[in-house]
Amino acid sequence: MRVYPPDAKWHEMADAGIIPQPGNAMEYDVSGWRNTHPVRDDDTCIQCLFCWVYCPDNAIMVKDEKVVAFDTMHCKGCGICAQVCPADAITMEPGENMDEQ
Amino acid sequence: MGKLQPLEGNLAVAEAMRQINPDLVAAYPITPSTEIVQTFAGFVADGKVDTNFVAVESEHSAMSACTAAAAAGGRVMNVTSANGLALMWEILYITASLRQPVILTVVNRALSGNINIHCDHSDTMGARDAGWLQLYAENVQESYDNLIQAVAIGERMDVRLPVMSCLDGFLVSHSYELLEVEEDEAVREWVGPYKPNKPLLDIENPYTMGPLDLYDFYMEHKRSQWEAYPGAKQAIIEEGKRFGDVFGREYGLMETLGLEDADIAVVAMSSAAGTAKDVVEKLRDEGIKAGLLKLRVFRPFPAEEIVAALSGCKAVCVMDRCASFGAASAPLYNEVAAAMYSMGQQVPMTNVIYGLGGRMLTPDDIESVYRELVTVADSGKIEQVCKWLGVRE
Repeated sequence: MRVYPPDAKWHEMADAGIIPQPGNAMEYDVSGWRNTHPVRDDDTCIQCLFCWVYCPDNAIMVKDEKVVAFDTMHCKGCGICAQVCPADAITMEPGENMDEQ
Repeated sequence: MGKLQPLEGNLAVAEAMRQINPDLVAAYPITPSTEIVQTFAGFVADGKVDTNFVAVESEHSAMSACTAAAAAGGRVMNVTSANGLALMWEILYITASLRQPVILTVVNRALSGNINIHCDHSDTMGARDAGWLQLYAENVQESYDNLIQAVAIGERMDVRLPVMSCLDGFLVSHSYELLEVEEDEAVREWVGPYKPNKPLLDIENPYTMGPLDLYDFYMEHKRSQWEAYPGAKQAIIEEGKRFGDVFGREYGLMETLGLEDADIAVVAMSSAAGTAKDVVEKLRDEGIKAGLLKLRVFRPFPAEEIVAALSGCKAVCVMDRCASFGAASAPLYNEVAAAMYSMGQQVPMTNVIYGLGGRMLTPDDIESVYRELVTVADSGKIEQVCKWLGVRE
């Protein structure tokens, strides 16, 4: 088991609230925290990767040194990516729903 | 067989710490427990222990260092009083939640304000919900014995909880008494070598400790912690008996005097219970069936055992060396009364608040409590549940 299932009972988990399966943060779904979501305009984006550097989670997906999408499971909708974008290529839209972009 | 020695409470605690020889002590000295830290630091400087002594910049740092060192896999001890304990507050909860058996001697002292360095129990009573086990000593011998037992209790694999070993500031910490100090080897053998439980320095078996824990799992983890305390109660009984088997002084959750046939009884902790013993004997000589329940273990709270011990009484007074401001009565009373009521024992019960900030508690004060209990037992009526004793009215 990589993570405890959401319905795990108190006596089915390790004492002291420890996580005996290290490195499982990627499996923790925080999409429910979001009430706004980022939208990136690929034409305006200058691929500086500031958003990738500043994202407090791992929600900026990069391939071949270029931003390709947001990770919908790990984006909390905090808006930091939009704040730090020097080209104003990212805007925060209302609502939690976001497509893989 | 131990050796009889005259020692202050503080020196007896330092002696027990030397014999236990912990891996780490991170402490910030504070009156009236300064002498323990000072004496133990001397043992470190003289090479009489192998302990890593960390001189930290505050009690918050002291308990942080202790909790981290325990998580890393070491046997850890700490010492404080009053405002020092208050500054540890945040970390106390974390130590217990992470199930780290840090052993903390608390020399009980009044919390400010106004600032006061003398004894009362406002410091440890305030920490009663933090998840630490709490043992209270009547005298120097018990302060020494309790600290040794605290290590064995907290470190048991079926407990793994931090323990506060409490003694009354100045009344015990600075009083010389003749006590039995056991041989170093005997103490070390009784306590046994430290057995780490999932030490963080075991890099072959990594895990995450103390992560963010939100509404989806936090409550299950607290429920799991809750389950540790009934087992801790049993462990305290077993270790108290094992201590008696080896050193001849057996300990339990409480000590009782005359409760087998008592009509009236007082519940008290720490040094006050010692004074009360003399009063019970005096009253018994007069034919008054007086009894005493000296509570040694406040956490885990031995509700069933207290109710069983008090159920034959016609009137009971609980003595608190602590005021819970805004509450109807004081903490020890509240818990004893809740235990009695919930188990169907409708014994008339009164509460006195005494000894705040080191106010002297005399045998006459305690006798006045018993005399009033005689009236309550006869009439079955209580005029005022919670009263202040020894205050100028």
